[in-house]
Amino acid sequence: MQPRTSEKICGMGHSMKRKEDARFLQGKGNYVDDVKLPGMLYMDIVRSPFAYAKIKSINTEAALAIPGVLAVITGETLAQYNLHWMPTLMSDTQMVLPTDTVMYQSQEVAAVIATSRYIAADGVEAVEVEYEPMQAMVTPFQSMEPGAPVLRTDKEGKTDNLAWHWEHGDREATDKAFASADVVVREKMHIPRIHVASIETCGCVADFDPVEGKLTVYMTTQAPHAVRTVLALVAGHVGLSEEKIRIISPDIGGGFGGKVPVYPGYVVAIAASVVIGKPVKWIEDRSENLQADSFARDYHMDCELAATNEGKIQALRIKTVADYGYTDAAANPSKFPAGLFSICTGSYDMDTAFTEMDAVYTNKPPGGVAYRCSFRVTEAVHAIERMVDVLAQKLQKDPAQLRFNNFIQPEQFPYQSPMGWEYDSGNYPAALQKAMDIVGYEELRREQAEKRARGEFMGIGISSFTEIVGAGPSKHFDILGIKMFDSCELRIHPTGKAIARFGTKSQGQGHETTYAQIIAEELGIPALHVEVEEGDTDTAPYGLGTYASRSTPTAGAAAAKAARKVRNKARKIAAYLLEVSEEDLEWEPGVFTVKGAPDKSTTIQDIAFAAYTNHPQGMEAGLEAVHYYDPPNLTFPFGSYICVVDIDKGTGEIKIRRFVAVDDCGNIINPMIVQGQVHGGLTQGLAPAMYESLIYDEEGNILNGTFMDYLLPTAVETPNWETAHTITPSPHHPLGAKGVGESATVGAPPAIVNAVVDALSPLGVTHLEIPMTPPQIWEILNAHGVAE
Amino acid sequence: MIPAPFDYHTPSSLDEALSLLQEYGYEAKILTGGQSLLPMMKLRLAEPEHIIDLNGIPGLAYIREEDGHVKIGALTREAEMEESALIRAKLPILHDTGKLIADPQVRNLGTLGGNLAHGDPGNDHPATMLALGARVVAIGPNGQRAIPVTEFFVDFYTTALEPEEILTEIQIPLPPPGSGGAYLKLERKVGDYATAGVAAQVTIDATGRCTEAGIGLTNVSYVPVKATDAEARLRGSTLSEVDLNEAAGLAAAASRPSSDLRGSEEYKRAMVRVLTKRALQRAIARARG
Repeated sequence: MQPRTSEKICGMGHSMKRKEDARFLQGKGNYVDDVKLPGMLYMDIVRSPFAYAKIKSINTEAALAIPGVLAVITGETLAQYNLHWMPTLMSDTQMVLPTDTVMYQSQEVAAVIATSRYIAADGVEAVEVEYEPMQAMVTPFQSMEPGAPVLRTDKEGKTDNLAWHWEHGDREATDKAFASADVVVREKMHIPRIHVASIETCGCVADFDPVEGKLTVYMTTQAPHAVRTVLALVAGHVGLSEEKIRIISPDIGGGFGGKVPVYPGYVVAIAASVVIGKPVKWIEDRSENLQADSFARDYHMDCELAATNEGKIQALRIKTVADYGYTDAAANPSKFPAGLFSICTGSYDMDTAFTEMDAVYTNKPPGGVAYRCSFRVTEAVHAIERMVDVLAQKLQKDPAQLRFNNFIQPEQFPYQSPMGWEYDSGNYPAALQKAMDIVGYEELRREQAEKRARGEFMGIGISSFTEIVGAGPSKHFDILGIKMFDSCELRIHPTGKAIARFGTKSQGQGHETTYAQIIAEELGIPALHVEVEEGDTDTAPYGLGTYASRSTPTAGAAAAKAARKVRNKARKIAAYLLEVSEEDLEWEPGVFTVKGAPDKSTTIQDIAFAAYTNHPQGMEAGLEAVHYYDPPNLTFPFGSYICVVDIDKGTGEIKIRRFVAVDDCGNIINPMIVQGQVHGGLTQGLAPAMYESLIYDEEGNILNGTFMDYLLPTAVETPNWETAHTITPSPHHPLGAKGVGESATVGAPPAIVNAVVDALSPLGVTHLEIPMTPPQIWEILNAHGVAE
Repeated sequence: MIPAPFDYHTPSSLDEALSLLQEYGYEAKILTGGQSLLPMMKLRLAEPEHIIDLNGIPGLAYIREEDGHVKIGALTREAEMEESALIRAKLPILHDTGKLIADPQVRNLGTLGGNLAHGDPGNDHPATMLALGARVVAIGPNGQRAIPVTEFFVDFYTTALEPEEILTEIQIPLPPPGSGGAYLKLERKVGDYATAGVAAQVTIDATGRCTEAGIGLTNVSYVPVKATDAEARLRGSTLSEVDLNEAAGLAAAASRPSSDLRGSEEYKRAMVRVLTKRALQRAIARARG
């Protein structure tokens, strides 16, 4: 798409280099651990070695005897202020520090406050905790067995370990469709527990000023305003009032949903600062982050697809058992306990669908965060994209052709899904065709046939996903009652430069660049002249933060709307300056011209100056606007990915030879940033497909709680991503944009699995659980006597 | 990730280091590259009271050809070996090995001496040194001695070094003409310890017969393994497909892997077989030039 603005203005469609990168590339970013305040103390945390145990005693004497250790905070300490439990964003409850029982390995048990980080670590070693271990419930199936011990004894009257049950869709119609279908395919699949593993771990500096009664918290949060309000609500009884709370999210080194929840460490550091009256810093180390912070995924899904003999999909049915750890600490919109899992009908037009879910407590870390996905969309896409391939295999049809035959067609948009969503726009056949053309699909199938004849294993896998992002319309979307709008406050300075503030918070997405480009597009002020600020609740307008690919759909729209308000006022001033009526003016980015008199014009910069020096009598001075954008609908990005793999018959290794990703996120603000987002997302999709999962033994001990064994793929493991796009604008978003941060994470895993299953299908393989590892593949080859 | 308190010593000569070792004995650990020791200390898996840092002692880092050997100072960094023209030309197997150790940051500091003296069966150099028939030189209160690597790896994290000895040099006999070697490593991701690793070195005479063969195995037993039966099977053979297959089978039989996150015992043993054959094929190709 040709940009509408000049290179100098750098509006939408320009691959402008990221404004924020100058400081990041020079090591001048300002992360939480860079914050150093006078008199600052350090906190370190004593953690449980057991997954489930009674705490018999905590002896802090030896720790307190170490010079420099100032305090040891336990659950008993917090209980005095009724701060030992806190609500989760899902209206469940979570311990800040335990008073009697630990519920997972590495749970926070006590906190040591000391004058240096080193002394705090020695203090942690010196705290003596006596435990009485109990048999941990490690899987949700164990937890659901009749007679299993009830884990949440804190909940009055609780008799089992079911957190909640959820149903969506038309059960009766779906059952009927299945009963009369020609073909039913079924596959059970587990989307394993994984971790966002941001390069920056979580942490904070809590700074309570006892004179002013003001609390400032520098913290790694993707949603600073929400944190401020939650803090005011839960700590109001100890004197913290919302106007006296300031949350600052400085630079953040990756969030991916893992920095939405409020972790116990933040709360204890705040309590410590309030009690001691000095700043307290707490920074997790890598193992703590991996072992204790919110996990993602962990869905056990039983999936069924009903179809005709010709391969027309009729109905989908999925029953899920979800492992939530000991509490539901997800960060979904409140009315959506299972997030947006009901997008599971995907890109396919079918008559009916039904899904139900049991959320179960276990002795594992709490969570269920939306790891680079819009609330459980990854699980939903994995289910449908795998099942379509299972059906194709059963019917011996080409998986691409089966998809073409079942796609929602371009003319069906806006499309009402059987689950109740209104898909805004899409052209699924075009995206798949483009991916097939780039990869050379027919030629690859020929090569595959030849290789199969020689006993070699090569596979081609497709994923044609539909995402659902931009939560969300206030009618349905809120978090603890706060509607999920987002905001922009835009001020134009007298010299024609601007500052824009937002309720979102970039964690690497490049907001300082893309928001500036949106404003440049709408006002013609060069993007380089637009300063973007986020993350300080004392200055930014209220917003719900950045996650679930919502920044462009909500705050990006707010930026466009605020800019248009400014432009409307600018038009009035221009009319005054040019002595014509508003209707006689024509706008092109940055300039109003009198219709029919091209030499009579005024620039946005001249207008800005006039707004402060020469504005019309009766008009308010200044040139600024605020907009709170309540999206009318979600946006539905989509794409088609094709993965080509070769299997090493000796080692079972999977070699990704090609990976073509065609994404459609509507109109593109910055093509370079979109490509970067897709590259990062694809790598985070490769990760669960082939490398990552959190592994626990029967006692609930984590077996891979460091980066030595939790296998984050590096550039070496990453194939050469071949990216392309189609453009199908969103009809309701002011810029026609959709959000792209998460498409690739969501879409990539099933493409890779489908490719490997396709490679091994001559052996009768119909499904593989992730992560697919060389030993797992070798076992199959060996069992069939075809290993080298 | 913060170690327990310790005293830090920086001797400027080997004599000074040896007297510190005599003074503190088992309470002391030698630090060279620190790439294994420091993580263990940060995780408080190791809590030595005294650290004796050898990095201030001159003359312990070098790579030279002398008396029919390549001699490498114990403090020579992996990165220096990687860049060495001598090693590339004369010992390609060692070049293979170095490139597969951890990551460039680790290799900038990690030393050959440390890699061997740590006694970790997951380290990569031991297998290669076994394949090459190397020996190490150690200095102690009673002077200097040479230890063949075949006698060096005694047990899990235990070597033939006495607590008061310091490893100073590694001596590798120069392979005769017609030699070639290769190191192959199966890893879950780059920088990982081996699921299985195989070092293979062969010498082939003018008639095409194998006159010498060395095979070392990484991370498939509690110590680095020298696959002597496999070596014997190859000596005198013409290195045919059958010879290689049988040698690979014997190497697998010599391994004693245990099941863990990297794979089952059965898988690892099978990988020793597969990698041995592939390493031999590469070694033979190099030997034949």
